[in-house]
Amino acid sequence: MNKTVLTVDDSRTMRDMLMLALSDAGYRVVQAEDGVHGLEVLSGETPDVIVTDINMPRMDGFGFIEGVRSDDRHRTVPILVLTTESDAEKKDRARRAGATGWIVKPFDPVKLVAAIRRVAA
Amino acid sequence: MDAMAAIKQTFFQECEEQLAELEAGLLAIQDGGHDAETVNAVFRAVHSIKGGAGAFSLDDLVHFAHVFETALDHVRAGKLAPSHEVLNTMLRAADALADLVRAARDGGAVDAQRCEALANALRALDPEAASDDQGAGDDDGLDEAAFQPVPIDESMFDDPPMQAEPRLNLFTIRFKPKAALYAKANETAVLIRELARLGETTIVCDASGLPLLSELDPEGAYLAWIIELLTTQDEAAVREVFEFVEWDCDLDIEGDAASAAPDAVDVAVLIEKMQAAVEAELSALTPPQAPQAGLADVGVDADQAVIDLAKARQQKMTQGAGEPTTQKSEQAAAGGLPQATIRVDLDRVDRLINLVGELVINQAMLAQRVLEAGLARASGVATGLDELEQLTREIQDSVMAIRAQPVKSVFQRMPRLVREVGAMTGKLARLVTEGENTEVDKTVIERLADPLTHMIRNAIDHGLEKPETRAAAGKPEEGLVHLSAAHRSGRIVIEVSDDGAGIDRARVKMLAASKGLIPADASLSDDEIDNLIFLPGFSTASTVSDISGRGVGMDVVRRSIQALGGRISIASRPGQGSTFTMSLPLTLAVLDGMVVTVAGQTLVVPLTAIVETLQPKIADVHGFGGGTRVIAIRDQFTPLIDVGRELAYRAENADALSCVALLVEAEGGVRSALLVDAILGQRQVVIKSLEANYRHVPGIAAATILGDGRVALILDVDAVVASSRMDAAFEQLLATAG
Repeated sequence: MNKTVLTVDDSRTMRDMLMLALSDAGYRVVQAEDGVHGLEVLSGETPDVIVTDINMPRMDGFGFIEGVRSDDRHRTVPILVLTTESDAEKKDRARRAGATGWIVKPFDPVKLVAAIRRVAA
Repeated sequence: MDAMAAIKQTFFQECEEQLAELEAGLLAIQDGGHDAETVNAVFRAVHSIKGGAGAFSLDDLVHFAHVFETALDHVRAGKLAPSHEVLNTMLRAADALADLVRAARDGGAVDAQRCEALANALRALDPEAASDDQGAGDDDGLDEAAFQPVPIDESMFDDPPMQAEPRLNLFTIRFKPKAALYAKANETAVLIRELARLGETTIVCDASGLPLLSELDPEGAYLAWIIELLTTQDEAAVREVFEFVEWDCDLDIEGDAASAAPDAVDVAVLIEKMQAAVEAELSALTPPQAPQAGLADVGVDADQAVIDLAKARQQKMTQGAGEPTTQKSEQAAAGGLPQATIRVDLDRVDRLINLVGELVINQAMLAQRVLEAGLARASGVATGLDELEQLTREIQDSVMAIRAQPVKSVFQRMPRLVREVGAMTGKLARLVTEGENTEVDKTVIERLADPLTHMIRNAIDHGLEKPETRAAAGKPEEGLVHLSAAHRSGRIVIEVSDDGAGIDRARVKMLAASKGLIPADASLSDDEIDNLIFLPGFSTASTVSDISGRGVGMDVVRRSIQALGGRISIASRPGQGSTFTMSLPLTLAVLDGMVVTVAGQTLVVPLTAIVETLQPKIADVHGFGGGTRVIAIRDQFTPLIDVGRELAYRAENADALSCVALLVEAEGGVRSALLVDAILGQRQVVIKSLEANYRHVPGIAAATILGDGRVALILDVDAVVASSRMDAAFEQLLATAG
């Protein structure tokens, strides 16, 4: 059975690119547009991995991660954040909020899959 | 890659949306809306553009966006106050960003100097000294391994294919997760699995830290592992596996170049070797209470693997990744949330509208045939047809609504235009818009942009005075251009007004006379002078170096409005400003019309133009010389236009008394009475373009197919009225001259 990845990003371009890279690698992809939408989607899905952006309207990546980690059903789902290279602060903040790992934007599909493999059971 | 090309297109579409948000947000902040969400939205817009641009390697765009984003981040963080000047710089930067996006999309060139100058201006806004804060290098967290030696268990093997490589490295990895690692949903088994893909592993688990079950915290971390890895990869590759967890564990990696291994490796021998190595390490450990740097003596061999690691790993990955599927999950299906909007190809909508138009025509024809077949009005067929007509109407309305769009998309381009024209002409101008959400069919919207652009340009170039002049006149230095849209009696009315000097009537009259458009001594009303600017050939020498490179006059504007089936008029007060009013049909596809006969021909007159109908009485009709006639309507003399004669259906005037007169209002509120033979009825007709299928015919706007299958021409009321006035004026001139 294919693993499911939930991607959360407000940029349509980014969602399309994630969808492309992940489906090519054989994952089933489920999408959301921001943190609020992501939590809504989670009420009906149990992804194996979550990939989320940080800068989003309504609820940003940090808020979303905290929301996921505070929900018993999804506490143990690995979460990878999309971050820009120089953002050591953001990486750290995401980790403290409960992120499992990160992917640097613009992302290399190979690295994306490698990162997912490192966290997805 | 086709999919990437499609995503690139999506990216550019998204850029346009982001650019619009950016501009709107910056303007809102400038107007005083300081709220955090607007600032965030502005930041995100540039951030998104930068992100996507990076993915497509659009370096110029990335570079500029990055500088812009940094400046916005300062505003967002409260370190840079969004003053008026700061925002002006940012607005200009937004314009430059838009140019860069479009150049990237269309392959054009950008003024690199301007961009660099703006980038410098943005950098200069940095409140701190320049230094780019490179985050401190990742803390490796290489604490000493601190755990008890334990008897060695046999452990699980992974047997990945060995690379035929001369150089093998032997790494000893000590890995002790902390509770935080698990809390972040990292999994040791997964990590070890990934590690195992790099080479051959021997894994030993140290469970000595496990407390009694009664004391066990299910979320605690008690286990540790010693892993021997024989691999051709280097230490960096090994460390990369632990990239995410380095802060949340004790990790120690020691490397040792193994001797050159033959092609076939005797695994048992290898295990023994590894076990021996581990035992040797363990015995060298001091007790846990005093973690020492004793292990530091072991050097780390950092020899690089010769083989192309990335390729090998990638190969493994694609093999291990499961059957690749080409299914793309539908966003709507996956979401579980109903989407508020969907994207539809415009072609499909256009096709649908055409089909519905044909449906309407067919339904009308069917109704006609049924009528002719003599079926009783109350018969089942007739009632069925009535219901069909109702349904068809509803379908038509719904379908037209699909294509209706708010004029916002056209209005959105105007603020930038105002900034640029203002800068070019040295005038200060501010744009205020109203009614952006007024909806109009897409076909109309697309053709609105040009006329609106010209009108706003004119308003600033000719209407508004220079700041000094305005100040001297007691006006605020910044001129106001007001753009509004509203629905009014079945049409959309768009107004462009400015609070400038109004039309300089003396100058206009003189210019017109000098160009031979009017006789030098003609006496004209204020209104008539104002309308002179619409005459072909009138365009005043413009000082504006036209952005699009074309100099256009108001006559072109008027013709394009008229081509849309609209009207344009002007009202001007000297010293106070001018207002241009455009009235356009809501759609170019369908029309409510009055079906009339003229000289045996069937014509359709747009209902929106008709004020009332009347039967001329002998006392009211008067000759005016030269074959022109007027009709008295409620004591006002109104020109009586013989449509049959205007359209050259016949040469002689019809007998007014046996005809019907339609009182129509043309552009500028001018009223005339159109003389037609008879009125057949009123109906909604589908407009079929004559130009598309034949060519432009003067006096005729379009054509349609009636229920009986005949073609009926749709009258262009304004054109007919205008041409009859010209004829009348001409004949009058002849009369007076002769």
